[in-house]
Amino acid sequence: MRTWLTGILKHKIVDSMRKSGREQPVEGDASLEQLDALFDATGHWREPPQPWPEQALESKQFLQVLEDCLARLPARTARMFLMREHLGVETKEICKELGVTSTHAWVLLYRARQALRECLQLNWFGAKSK
Amino acid sequence: MDCRRAAQLISRGLDESLPWPQRFALRLHLAICDACTNFSRNVRLLRDAIRRLV
Repeated sequence: MRTWLTGILKHKIVDSMRKSGREQPVEGDASLEQLDALFDATGHWREPPQPWPEQALESKQFLQVLEDCLARLPARTARMFLMREHLGVETKEICKELGVTSTHAWVLLYRARQALRECLQLNWFGAKSK
Repeated sequence: MDCRRAAQLISRGLDESLPWPQRFALRLHLAICDACTNFSRNVRLLRDAIRRLV
């Protein structure tokens, strides 16, 4: 990857996260409210998720779009998400390293997944089917 | 279980194993809900894609 992600992943990710994790409150205390906008009052999807063709994984352009979507996430959310999904760090470890509660971690990871899914739907899967 | 709750559990299930009553309730919901089934597949594809980066 050619973006800031390279830096995030290649530098001492855990050290830098530990430091930043304890210096500021974790983003996303209000995030479940934001996410509620994805659902109507009865708890149904406002825009139901669509099936995504697996072949996207073979596309370099798709991975580039994914990278762009990642770059739009708040930096700390992106770091936590990459720790979990790219490096495969267990959630328990992430909480310990960052000094956050497991609830915070789930909320942030959930928010990251929803934001990336929306971004990919809009900029790749939705755009492709038009 | 509504979709809002199901989506949260789907995501959480990627980060830890869910207690069996939640896993069971989620499975029942997924059996009747295409949107959440798509969501579940999408976030797994997202995981696979993230692992391909770099």
